Amino acid sequence: MSQESMIEEKNGAGSQHFHRGLLAGLPVAIGYLPIAVAFGVISRTAGVPHLAAVLMSLLVFAGASQFVAVELLAAGAAFPGIVATTFFVNLRHILMSATVSRKLPDLSRSWLAVLAFGITDESFSLLSTDRRSRLSGYYVLGVIILPYLAWVTGSLVGVMLGGQLPEILESSMEIALYAMFLGLIVPEITSSSSRFKIALIALLLSSISYWNPLFDVSEGWRITLSTATAAFLGTVIFSGDDYDE
Amino acid sequence: MMNSYIILLLGMALVTYLPRMLPLVILSEIELPPFWKRFMLYIPSAALSALIFPGILQATDSVFAALVGGLAAVLLAYFKFSLLTVVTASILTVFLYQLLF
Repeated sequence: MSQESMIEEKNGAGSQHFHRGLLAGLPVAIGYLPIAVAFGVISRTAGVPHLAAVLMSLLVFAGASQFVAVELLAAGAAFPGIVATTFFVNLRHILMSATVSRKLPDLSRSWLAVLAFGITDESFSLLSTDRRSRLSGYYVLGVIILPYLAWVTGSLVGVMLGGQLPEILESSMEIALYAMFLGLIVPEITSSSSRFKIALIALLLSSISYWNPLFDVSEGWRITLSTATAAFLGTVIFSGDDYDE
Repeated sequence: MMNSYIILLLGMALVTYLPRMLPLVILSEIELPPFWKRFMLYIPSAALSALIFPGILQATDSVFAALVGGLAAVLLAYFKFSLLTVVTASILTVFLYQLLF
């Protein structure tokens, strides 16, 4: 454990950070619930053993790839192919983990190895847009724990009950994660004109890869390539004109 | 049957965990050159943008419900409401929209 986290633990600041993290992670947990229930239901329909579906949420904890895996299982795909697809769908986490690492310079390797399990599109969004330049390990732990519990519990509920939440409620709740992304991007791009332009470039690239009639781009690659290209172009174009931080 | 699933799940867990863990552990110890530091600062805006669009259009049963919910989120975020308020209000907006239209 690093020096800072030991000091935190001594004076109780650790638990304060942890509680703040729990609160920050709450919107993510709310957003995960309906998706996790849907995952459980789909796994059940696809004939995946109940235990395997819940274990997948417990061990993998990555929504997009889990849906793809169940789809492939239902289609009778071979296991090595499913593992390979999972790898490619989740490659975007490299970019996200790398970005989050800038905020965690004080943590020991074992701390980081634990927290890494909780890096998702959503926790990355919360952590990387945080105004503080350094984050406490306890805070990050708090951020990831409720979403993880919601993900596993929701999957269990979906697998056990098989039924849906009322259609209208489920459909409304699925806006939650997008609302959160919007809630995070608005302060980012209104405080800096270069970030605003970079967001526009990413939007354009994402739309092109989604709608172009020439080639199919999977969701994972669409997000990874649009993000990396837009950020790279931004770094080249806006060399230091508003290096706010 | 379950045994072969265990192997699949462990394989999936491993290939998901490594891309999350390696950059976090390796890069947190490295001082990056200024160019890449700035690149990292620009990642969140770019990533959020790609995560939102065009995915949001399919978030609910109708494109219009999703757009109305998204608009509610943008407005509340612009006026600096908390993230929890933004999310709850957006869910409610979509719920009401679907109830009425």
